[in-house]
Amino acid sequence: MTTKKTDAIVIGAGWAGSILAKELTEAGLSVTILERGEDRATAVEGDYPTSIDELRGAIRHRLFQNLSQSTVTIRNTIDQTAVPYRRLAAFLPGEGVGGAGLHWSGVHFRVAPDDLALRTNVVARYGKSFIPEGMNLQDYDVTYEELEPFFDKAEKVFGTSGEPYTIKGKVAGTGNPFAPDRSDAFPLPAMRDVYSASLFKKAAANVGYHPYSLPAANASAQYTNPYGVQMGPCNFCGYCSGYDCYMYSKASPNVNILPALRQDPKFTLITKAHVLKVDLDSDGKKATGVTYLDLRTNQQVQLQADLVIISAFQFHNVHLMLLSGIGEPYDPVKNTGTIGRNFVYQTITTSRAWLPSKQYTNLFVGAGGAGVAIDDFNSMNFDHGPLGFVGGSPVWVNQAGVKPIAAAIGGPGGKAPTWGEGYKDAMVETYRHSLTIDAHGSNMAYRDIYLDLDPTYKNAYGQPLLRMTFTWKDNDIRMNQYVVSKIEPIMKEMGATRYALGQLHANDVFDTRRYQTTHLGGGAVMGADPKTSAINRYLQSWDVSNVFVIGASAFPQGMGYNPTGMVAALAYWAAYHIRTTYLKNPGPMVQA
Amino acid sequence: MKMPSSTRRRFIGGLLGSASFWLYSDHKVWADALVAGNASPYAPRFFNQEEWRFLNAACERIYPTDAHGPGARGLGAPEFIDRQMDTAYGRGELWYMSGPFVTAPANLGYQLSLPPRDVYRQGIAAADAYTRAHHDGLSFADLEATEQTAVLKEFEHSDMALGAVPAHLLFEQLRQNTLEGVFSDPLYGGNKGLAGWTLLGFPGARADFMDWVNQEGAAYPFGPVSISGETA
Repeated sequence: MTTKKTDAIVIGAGWAGSILAKELTEAGLSVTILERGEDRATAVEGDYPTSIDELRGAIRHRLFQNLSQSTVTIRNTIDQTAVPYRRLAAFLPGEGVGGAGLHWSGVHFRVAPDDLALRTNVVARYGKSFIPEGMNLQDYDVTYEELEPFFDKAEKVFGTSGEPYTIKGKVAGTGNPFAPDRSDAFPLPAMRDVYSASLFKKAAANVGYHPYSLPAANASAQYTNPYGVQMGPCNFCGYCSGYDCYMYSKASPNVNILPALRQDPKFTLITKAHVLKVDLDSDGKKATGVTYLDLRTNQQVQLQADLVIISAFQFHNVHLMLLSGIGEPYDPVKNTGTIGRNFVYQTITTSRAWLPSKQYTNLFVGAGGAGVAIDDFNSMNFDHGPLGFVGGSPVWVNQAGVKPIAAAIGGPGGKAPTWGEGYKDAMVETYRHSLTIDAHGSNMAYRDIYLDLDPTYKNAYGQPLLRMTFTWKDNDIRMNQYVVSKIEPIMKEMGATRYALGQLHANDVFDTRRYQTTHLGGGAVMGADPKTSAINRYLQSWDVSNVFVIGASAFPQGMGYNPTGMVAALAYWAAYHIRTTYLKNPGPMVQA
Repeated sequence: MKMPSSTRRRFIGGLLGSASFWLYSDHKVWADALVAGNASPYAPRFFNQEEWRFLNAACERIYPTDAHGPGARGLGAPEFIDRQMDTAYGRGELWYMSGPFVTAPANLGYQLSLPPRDVYRQGIAAADAYTRAHHDGLSFADLEATEQTAVLKEFEHSDMALGAVPAHLLFEQLRQNTLEGVFSDPLYGGNKGLAGWTLLGFPGARADFMDWVNQEGAAYPFGPVSISGETA
């Protein structure tokens, strides 16, 4: 085994890892990112026209994790035997430099402040008995005011396009009235609304809601970010989700951070480096570095460091903590331990409206982050008292560019045939004249929904796979049904000739065969209490103080908003406190 | 007019970046060249003759020729599928294929040890054996179109084992691959003449809609273009 040394190791070259690596090199540290996939540069493989190939891209998963080497196992309930997630479908983790931040869509939210202290807020408003039995409702132990400068910083790095509502307490625009106050405007004006989104905007306002153009990390104009890297104006080509952006308009670590970072002599990027475990000292209180497998030579390498940042995809973070023995694995029966606890997802359902045949929705036109939403039924923006559930959903038209293979396999919708006679007629009507409205909602945490190591299945390197125990719960199903019921009047107001509402149904189980979302969360959550959280408010491990765990793994609940904006803000927040406090006096930043 | 395809691709690749290509080029000539290049019938490399007959018939029933235009056969979907069998996808190299393989609830996803190549190899032989046993000794390809559709409908909703493959899984493999062949870039052997995209009104590799963000519901006016520059 080869042994090497660096000041800080960053595991994973996605958004969180790239942000931490940038911040730590700025602080003067030598930083090595270990990325298990290939290097990826938009100039090389994001080029036009070869990158806009649906078969190779979104269908054969060019930018996604190759499950042949490692996957997860999944079961719905604790009494089942989990089986491998053999084919990508329900969720699509990334692989390679950029991670999921290369193939994401670009919806770039902040956070609903009430969501950061959801337990406190629900208890204050409705009492403790409002929380269903078995729901692990928790606070983040960080406030919006504390995070605001880091949301602002992330938006400026991402070149985010949006319309504000208030800036420093004063109404400054026609943005989302439920959005929290801002210290500054968005760096770029909002993306334009595509036709279907503009119809939604008018109709939602007419029925009394508060529509706004989504904040998007798709550049509405040419932009140079604080690191000096440039973005081009989005041309609505429709190849965001599942693709690298040939226009350099969609923010990605590859376009917005790495071009600056790669020029820093203190920075090293090692690709095809699969981290097997974080190495701990003899009493398990400090990390000494990591052991990784060089996938090119099949040799194990020990890399020593004073600081280890675990910033891979959400469930890979949890997996690595379990494999390394960082913290106590969660046991749902004894209700002890924290690693794997509060594993969450999101509730996402899609409804479709068909318009008269003279109206063309041109579904291929789109941008992944753009669209129009309402927040009237998100977070705690409405009265849950008579409804009896916790959580909510933004509702939106987010026309990200619908490509023909996905459309054809998905079928025309409604009761139309999915092949054979009548199929073409129905597909033509759907592809030319329909639009979709999503309810993109929260998912609460439950005592018997969690992550642990699988007892049977192994990855290509002989390590146990991560096991997910996950299914839908009554609270979240009822929340989804309530919000979807609010979509119907909007569709009627839009002049839909017919519509099909998509919603969860009572007793639905999680189905791994159908894409829902890649917004997985939790499993190594932040919080104030080491008995119910894996990391403190600075995303520092309670158990191993020179390990920080950055990502959506820190979310105690699945929020209604898309997670990337929150992940980036938490990354900058953690980096700031590492730089200003931790590095001066390494050790626990919060006393347990 | 014919050129070695690599030369043609390089030439068109060079043109794609220039405005003059989009505005003035008479690229019908390239579409003709591509059609001419496909004039001789495709000889399958993975499927044997019996399987090939089954595949052609089944694809055509899934996406039939009708008043809208050519079906899966005319669009080259069987050729597409044959070519896909010799890729990482066809060999199952994109999937986690370690055991143990166990039976699990359907909602937990695919749990067979078979990559697409073997789903077809085992499934088609068994499907033909099934039609021979139930339709007077006739293979699937020799049935009337309405009978073929009826058999596929039966497969679509059946757990009946075709080899080691449940019938509904063979059907869904066929349906998905057929539609991939109809609607993917012609680079992969299907969507000939871009007829799949033309049906839907998908403009292919144009991928620049700056002026079409919101035209108040007007239909997008331009036909499709492929990655190699073919138009329709």
